[in-house]
Amino acid sequence: MTDTTTTSPEIGGIGHSVKRAEDARLIEGQGNFVDDIAMPGMLYMALVRSPVAHARINSINTEAAAAVDGVVAVVTGELMDAHGLAWMPTLSGDTQAVLATDKVRYQGQEVAAVVATDPYIATDAAELVDVDYEMLDAITTPQQSLADGAELIRNEKEGQTDNLAYTWETGDAAATEAAFANADRVVSLTTHYPRSHPSPLETCGIVADVNSVTGQATLYMTSQAPHAHRTLFALVAGLPEQNIRIVSPDIGGGFGNKVPIYPGYVVATAASLLIGQPVKWVETRTGNLISTGFGRDYYMTGELALSNDGRIQAMRVDMLSDQGAFYADAQPTRYKAGLFHVCTGSYDFGNAHIKCRGAFTNKAPGGVAYRCSFRITEASFLIERLMQTAADELGIDPAELRMRNFIQPEQFPYETPTGFVYDSGDYPTALRKALDAAGYDELRAEQAASREQGKLMGIGIAHFTEAVGAGPAHTYDIAGLKMIDSAELRVHPTGKAVLKIGVKTQGQGHETTFAQIVAEETGIPASDIKVIHGDTDDTPYGLGTYASRSTPVGGAATAMVARKIADKARHIAAHLLEAAPEDIERDADKFFVAGSPDQSVSIQDAAFAAYTNLPEGMEYGLEDVTYYNPPNLTFPYGSYVVVVDVDPDTGVWKVRRMVALDDCGVRINPMIVEGQIHGGLTEGFAMSSMQWITFDDDGNCIGSNFMDYLIPTAWETPRFELLETVTPSPHHPIGAKGIGESATVGSPAAFVNAVVDAVAHLGVRNIDMPVLPDRVWEAIETANT
Amino acid sequence: MEITVNINGTDHTADVEPRKLLVDHIRTDARLTGTHIGCDTTSCGVCTVLVDGKPVKSCTMLAVQADGRNVTTVEGLKSADGLHPIQQAFSDEHGLQCGFCTPAMMLVGAALIDENPNPSDDEIRWAISGNLCRCTGYMNIVKSIQAAAAVASNGAAGADA
Repeated sequence: MTDTTTTSPEIGGIGHSVKRAEDARLIEGQGNFVDDIAMPGMLYMALVRSPVAHARINSINTEAAAAVDGVVAVVTGELMDAHGLAWMPTLSGDTQAVLATDKVRYQGQEVAAVVATDPYIATDAAELVDVDYEMLDAITTPQQSLADGAELIRNEKEGQTDNLAYTWETGDAAATEAAFANADRVVSLTTHYPRSHPSPLETCGIVADVNSVTGQATLYMTSQAPHAHRTLFALVAGLPEQNIRIVSPDIGGGFGNKVPIYPGYVVATAASLLIGQPVKWVETRTGNLISTGFGRDYYMTGELALSNDGRIQAMRVDMLSDQGAFYADAQPTRYKAGLFHVCTGSYDFGNAHIKCRGAFTNKAPGGVAYRCSFRITEASFLIERLMQTAADELGIDPAELRMRNFIQPEQFPYETPTGFVYDSGDYPTALRKALDAAGYDELRAEQAASREQGKLMGIGIAHFTEAVGAGPAHTYDIAGLKMIDSAELRVHPTGKAVLKIGVKTQGQGHETTFAQIVAEETGIPASDIKVIHGDTDDTPYGLGTYASRSTPVGGAATAMVARKIADKARHIAAHLLEAAPEDIERDADKFFVAGSPDQSVSIQDAAFAAYTNLPEGMEYGLEDVTYYNPPNLTFPYGSYVVVVDVDPDTGVWKVRRMVALDDCGVRINPMIVEGQIHGGLTEGFAMSSMQWITFDDDGNCIGSNFMDYLIPTAWETPRFELLETVTPSPHHPIGAKGIGESATVGSPAAFVNAVVDAVAHLGVRNIDMPVLPDRVWEAIETANT
Repeated sequence: MEITVNINGTDHTADVEPRKLLVDHIRTDARLTGTHIGCDTTSCGVCTVLVDGKPVKSCTMLAVQADGRNVTTVEGLKSADGLHPIQQAFSDEHGLQCGFCTPAMMLVGAALIDENPNPSDDEIRWAISGNLCRCTGYMNIVKSIQAAAAVASNGAAGADA
């Protein structure tokens, strides 16, 4: 492992595997998740959801529900409409029904809510709400949706005459066409990245506590972005922003699912306001799976123009996304398909043209960045599957094909044909190291020999480049809010500190790693630093934690505010040492006059002096705040090698080895980084092998519970072998790039490439995810006939 | 119905509806919120507690069925001697991230070690295969249970000597 430490383990700065500060409460069952919150007079809300995918609402009869003993209120769209809250904006500039008034547009859509004194009563009474539906044809694919004569799903939307949600394109169409016209070879791949669901084990929920006299709204919410949510609540509900306090307590996993604002949050808040008592709503698992933010659902055709010796000249992509009934991607405003245009990957070529369209269907809205930075999993999957296809078509080893086309270390910063400027990287070294660790040449020899015996084994490679850490304010905003982030550091007289951050942990360990950044920059031991996050009344503004932006943006803000503090402490030390500030040097936790390290002032001494003994003219206290606007995204990358054995009779495949090399720049806490990679690889394995949300022809969601929506257990999950290289980001204050999502982005292609590689000699070029045994078996059978 | 359930060594008497789930009884009547709810279908296992020492998904047992029985939740793992070895091991080996599945994982691990003091990697994976985790990829959970088993074995060896 690369040693990047400059501090002692006692200080616990960057590079130390400091044990997590958040563990103590969680291992004793003393966490505080939304559903753990109980308040005097608290009521419970249950939602009435549509059982059908597409229907007109003729009437809603709430009498029977309202008559149940213990029911306090039944809320319908009509009531919400009276307060101007029947519809709300999405994070992609569309509008979404809070409670349906005219039509239901997907199964599971919120139609009414029952508030009662007990959760069992609320659930019982919700069953008694009688909705008269007039059935309409359900549209379940974007292809059906865009066909002539398709029923208009968004008939309420002014100016909407078809089911097209958006179009977007980028790149140089003419130059790309010319490159394709002149190419020796054109390789193409059509594949569907299926709809998946983040499914954190904690579902979404809220305890809304609105004081009807003061108007103070305290909302305990499962929120990955509490500050942004506060502003959106203010804008949508017309509440004064100073009276809204959002507290995102312990969060039981997010993975992008807890970025959007869901109808349940809004209805519970409205109910609390109208009734004058706290209202708790905690989603059921089925509610979570059928109505909240899904990921993926991209139908992609990608083409590469290549020379006969395998040099890529251009890339062309046509993508159609299934958006569900409302266009609700959580993504930067400027980009209609997120950062999908990073699909040129890790390769050096001149031209690309990317065309994207999105269609409304009768499915749940979402399109959240499920453990990725805005559609980067889809992009990475496409280019890495295309590389495998090209290798098979041209008869060039897939590792060699990548080596021939890699952006070289000396080309950084590297501008891609779609406008990203990659910050740093050494791709050939990373791939070589991963191949060597896997024993690639021996594996190829084994593969050749085993094919002779009728055995099927495959070696899959993926080399991905992510674009994370949005973002520079000039380019990235969500709902108009620039994607900056912040940190406030207060050092108390005894030298202990409180760090308040705009980002929000959901298990990533911010309370530990952000303290380590401060420890590195100031010398205050990480164990003396408390990190506060998630409470909008107690932390500075930020856009939240998703798209791997915590360390690239919030971590940078933390380093910068710690440097301000360290600089003030240096001036105080100069005063105490009776020297000029420019003569003062710092070594971990001590300041001294250059050349005389024997006489020193500790950071704790300086902190005490900040409140007791200051130089003339200096302001008292030792605290500051920084808002950080990053100059660029960061670009983590990695090389993954997967070895699988495929049973030719059943199509069942097993992972024999999974070697994952990640380069996320400087690693703040190696233990936590490796934990993030383990989790990300598991989700990549899940999507490639079993995890998908599908629908029948009537729009019924198949995958509405954990018996139908399969999540890998410890039994199926492979063991992982981790490797690293460290290429710091040149523009990040501590050289870190972000790691939470790399493995989910990079690994699906490696798993699929491995299975396809096992059967490529039979002529198989593609098996769509999830690569279920029957799909593999069918591919083998088709190839054999 | 009036029931008395011994939770973590303390009798809890309450008047409960016959349909009330044990998990709701633990969380709302006994106010022990370390036991979580994740799926409603006995799939995810975050509600796992020990009933008379055996792991049970408390969303699939009625509170009245626990009348007169001994229930251990995560809050009952710690003793006067301090943290249970499985709690220490989960922290030491980074066996938790968001912490939502962790109470159940630790209880299953503790029950496994009670039965099998030296479980193999496969035996641990099989034992926890009724418990989902979305964060860790399970590798560090397996390591945590192994580490706790090693501590338990050493402790037992020490006691013998």
